[in-house]
Amino acid sequence: MRLINRRPDRASRLILVILPFALLLFAYFMGSATRLTENPNDKLLPSAVQMTDAVKRMAFTEDKRTGGYVLWQDTASSLQRLAIGLGISALLGLCLGIASGILPLFGAPLSPLLTMLSMVPPLAILPILFIVFGLGELSKVMLIVIGITPILARDLEQRAREIPVELLIKAQTLGASTWTLILRVILPQLLPRLLIALRLVLGSAWLFLIAAEAIASTDGLGYRIFLVRRYLAMDVILPYVVWITLLAWLMDWGLKALTRKAFPWYEGAKA
Amino acid sequence: MKKSYTKKSRLAGLLTAGLLAVLSLSANAAAKTDFNVCWTIYAGWMPWEYAGTQGIVDKWARKYGIHIKVTQLNDYVESINQYTAGQFDGCTMTNMDALTIPAAGGVDSTALVVSDFSNGNDGIVIKGEGKKVADLKGMNVNLVELSVSHYLLARALDTADLTEKDLKVVNTSDADISAAFNTDDVKAVTTWNPMLSDIKAKPGVTEVFDSSKIPGEIMDMMVVNTQTLKDNPALGKALTGAWFEVVALMNAKSAASTAALEHMAKASGTDLAGFQSQLDTTRLFATPKEALAFVDSAQLPATMRKVAEFSFEHGLLGEGAKDSSAVGISFANGVTSGDKANLKLRFDPSYVQMAAEGKL
Repeated sequence: MRLINRRPDRASRLILVILPFALLLFAYFMGSATRLTENPNDKLLPSAVQMTDAVKRMAFTEDKRTGGYVLWQDTASSLQRLAIGLGISALLGLCLGIASGILPLFGAPLSPLLTMLSMVPPLAILPILFIVFGLGELSKVMLIVIGITPILARDLEQRAREIPVELLIKAQTLGASTWTLILRVILPQLLPRLLIALRLVLGSAWLFLIAAEAIASTDGLGYRIFLVRRYLAMDVILPYVVWITLLAWLMDWGLKALTRKAFPWYEGAKA
Repeated sequence: MKKSYTKKSRLAGLLTAGLLAVLSLSANAAAKTDFNVCWTIYAGWMPWEYAGTQGIVDKWARKYGIHIKVTQLNDYVESINQYTAGQFDGCTMTNMDALTIPAAGGVDSTALVVSDFSNGNDGIVIKGEGKKVADLKGMNVNLVELSVSHYLLARALDTADLTEKDLKVVNTSDADISAAFNTDDVKAVTTWNPMLSDIKAKPGVTEVFDSSKIPGEIMDMMVVNTQTLKDNPALGKALTGAWFEVVALMNAKSAASTAALEHMAKASGTDLAGFQSQLDTTRLFATPKEALAFVDSAQLPATMRKVAEFSFEHGLLGEGAKDSSAVGISFANGVTSGDKANLKLRFDPSYVQMAAEGKL
């Protein structure tokens, strides 16, 4: 049978899903055990026990200095920044995407500009961002916004252009003004696409968030990772990385579920 | 299906074996002839650049029949982490980082050459004229948290009867601290050169404290893995010899020394005047004798106790640490501080002594 036609059955599929994860974990813990037998204080590849201790300390023990629970505080501040950043970007991206994709008069100046802006690496212009937005919460949110809005806007612009012209003409023959057209035809078509685009830029959003927190901050998941990196506390860093991955995966899953729930008619939601 | 599964697991076995081989490779010690040391850009470490690129390390290594590769890394903390992980046999770092990263991480490390101490190279700057340390109360202070800057701040607060609770520390990366100081949000920073001279030069700012007020507490050193050094004294001899040759050249006040200084200035991204001004606030030991006197002094154990205290209070000695004596430190003449059963940081003046006696 050709390879392309061979499909794993249910049981072997499960094994194949678990296998790479199991392999990674196995390799990690073997390496960790080897290093720890040579040097019980080794920090590079901590054991499961060391990491559990670190999690207990960070998540379930009150911090001596601040009296809070470090992991939850970090998570709350990071998620808040991320949510505000994503929210603003989604709104801006939607508006810009519709304007440049549907209205030729807006598209002419906006489209090339967005293409250019999406190529500027935001991390390279950080000093400018500092001077314009300061070093507080605003600059962290703005880094996310500047990083992902052009990408969202460009994607939505393309999707808006893909809407069949017949649909727009038909709506106009039925008496729709530009405004009605946007509200009743374009927007419903683009909203599910926006959610999908958001899922795709989640990774970048996290990247910018962590970069922003690494530069100047007093809390946040990225802040903690870069702080404890100073003394190679991998027992804290690794659980944080797992936690970030889990949060990102949950957000992705949530957006996917939302797309299905809110726009069950949208085929793309199956993706 | 079964067939393909076994094939998979054989592949998996191979992969795991390969990974394990790579992971365990780094840990093998014993006598060897090839060594790697790393350094990062800092006024007091530029002699290593000169020694590495101008063949001085090679010359000394040849004398003792070994090879030493000198690598420059761009990120200071990463260089120490690489050393701690076993990728390098030696690395330049400060006394505090040597205690809190390799030593607290169980990597027995020896301070082979204590090459200088910061004598104004680290400082605290507040916006506004005529400010004092006491003005820090209630302010946000931007600095690289848990670094020597943080230690300097703690020592400065001691002098004004303040504690860290009286202000808020904002972790700011060293690469961005100059740009950060230009924003209105930032009112006070603690940092080191070359950023410090940049920030001090701005109009209407006051440097309220600098490391010359705590002389000898922030030192720069070449740290070498203790086991490697024990198995290969040649490494210690070659590095120490090369170091003092370059330092002697720098202080020779000849055309050759100006050329060497110019070379180092260029390599650190500044000009001769800029480099000279950074060297002025770095107390570089000009001779092995001076370096020896510093390591032999009774002040060193006292300083390290202060550093250990600070490190413990900030959780830098690891969570297993019960108090500041968790990581033992040994000094010249058999003096120790902290846990004698867990000596992980050693100030070993024997190589500098050889240099002082001209035995290298």
